[in-house]
Amino acid sequence: MRRLSLTRYHRAAPLVLLFVLLAGITTAASFVQSTPASATAEASADDISEGSKLFAANCATCHGLDAQGTEGVAPSLIGVGAAAVDFQVGTGRMPMQASGPQAIAKTVQFNQDQIDQLAAYVASLAPGPAVPDADAVDPALGNAANGMALFRTNCAMCHGSVGGGGALTQGKYAPSLWATTPTHIYEAMLVGPQSMPVFNNANITPEDKRDIIAYLDEQRNGAPGGAALGAIGPVAEGLWAWILGMGIIVGFTVWIGVRSS
Amino acid sequence: MSIDNAHDHEVVEEEFTDPGVPEYHRPRRADLDPKAARKAELQTAALFGLSIIGTVMAIWAWATGSVSSENIAETQRTTMLIGLGIFLAMIGIGTGAIHWAKTLMRDHEMIEERHPMRSSDEAREGAIEKLKDGAKDSGVGIGRRGLLKGSLITALAIAPLAVLVPAVGNMGGDWDVSKLKHSMWRQGMRLTKDPSGEPIKASDVTIGSVFHVIPEGLNDLEHHKLEEKAKAVVLLVRLDPRDLNIQPGREDWSFDGIVAYSKICTHVGCPVALYEQQTHHLLCPCHQSTFDVANGAKVVFGPAKRPLPQLPIAVDDEGYIVAQSDFHEPIGPSFWERLK
Repeated sequence: MRRLSLTRYHRAAPLVLLFVLLAGITTAASFVQSTPASATAEASADDISEGSKLFAANCATCHGLDAQGTEGVAPSLIGVGAAAVDFQVGTGRMPMQASGPQAIAKTVQFNQDQIDQLAAYVASLAPGPAVPDADAVDPALGNAANGMALFRTNCAMCHGSVGGGGALTQGKYAPSLWATTPTHIYEAMLVGPQSMPVFNNANITPEDKRDIIAYLDEQRNGAPGGAALGAIGPVAEGLWAWILGMGIIVGFTVWIGVRSS
Repeated sequence: MSIDNAHDHEVVEEEFTDPGVPEYHRPRRADLDPKAARKAELQTAALFGLSIIGTVMAIWAWATGSVSSENIAETQRTTMLIGLGIFLAMIGIGTGAIHWAKTLMRDHEMIEERHPMRSSDEAREGAIEKLKDGAKDSGVGIGRRGLLKGSLITALAIAPLAVLVPAVGNMGGDWDVSKLKHSMWRQGMRLTKDPSGEPIKASDVTIGSVFHVIPEGLNDLEHHKLEEKAKAVVLLVRLDPRDLNIQPGREDWSFDGIVAYSKICTHVGCPVALYEQQTHHLLCPCHQSTFDVANGAKVVFGPAKRPLPQLPIAVDDEGYIVAQSDFHEPIGPSFWERLK
């Protein structure tokens, strides 16, 4: 304890700490990581039985041995389709490490073959949305301008106007979409994972979904106006303006007022 | 000629003892040590030099960089360098000038004395005399020239109307305030998708779905389209019917778990659209008012004071969702509630 109290911190330490904090807040919004998903193949009976084994070993604890769900713990997976499995497992959200307000995207625990087998098993339980093919999610085939109009109406309130993400209630948040693969974006709209509502093909048609993907793909080139601060909105920008901007003004004021040595 | 010449040197009478200025002058390093003075001079010159570099940098960045939608990264670099150059050009001059003044310019204490604010008695009497003369000359205050006074006061009173009437008149030709209590929703009007205007079938609204809705025909309006849209936008949601607590008196306002609520927050009118599918909570992004869609969009958190107005819906013969009527209460901020 004595050693600790004798330690003299550099007088710039609080300032450095502040910068670390600001940088942390700015980058925190965009830490969501994803791995690319490959094109889908036809599911065989082998895939389904392999998937069934994987399910029993990794998912059944919460979702039940027949994927019927557990009241208050995990939802039923009957009828959620291959798209839901490919999204949840392919982005590392499932299996969850701990229950909490948000299912966080983590390192993916299975390879794409295993994910496909799991998806084939869940899809075999009841009909549900399938994994889209490569053409359906190709940003080069979409119309980014129409995608922007749709994104502004349906998505921007949670994910931000350029897909930077944003806060929801009680610790939940809408993640950044900059690193999400086109296939996972498509699947998320189709199945409505976690807090996100469903945008089925009658609401946003498959062509419209591809337009939205094209718009999001355009955003990956960066913002022309300088540092975007994660594009998470007024909180990050306000922190920088108030702490850094006001700090500089206060610093200059003090310097101007102090007598020269 | 100044009227207070007479007491230019009269000092304010002290109400308390003057603590005085300490009788010591601490010279700066640059005052004593020619080396320190030379160093301060170089520092100042360096700051001005920084400004010059900044100017050159801004011009160089503008001349060699490019701003185009083709290459976003290049655009970002160019605008960043131009901004940085201008920043250096300005801050260099400013800090250099202050550093110069603080370290090298003449350094001696000065005392400036305050003088009384009150004018001399002669000046005050003279002013009052002039006012009295003026009043006497104009005849004001002794009951005459009623026509002059009356017309002057009238002219002064109505002159602001020349500005106010056109300004208020330009705010719009329509002063029917009751319109603020209604939107364009009518009985049998279909709910359509924003922005395309395609009608919505009840069977397309699957559980957990959210549709952002505008009234049928909104896109065909020639005038006031945005005003009408701002009043009429609706969020259409389907809940599992087991999760939906239908409010008393609104038994036939929903259809098989499908409910429609105004998207305009009852706090200050932001569009409320952050719908969380699992909790059925609807969050307003402006001030975090949270509405529970499963319970009549009642406020569960935040500054909003009343639930979102519900749009009564039904399904027509072709399976499309239609409105039963307009909203039954004014949409938007709670203020309008008081007009009812």
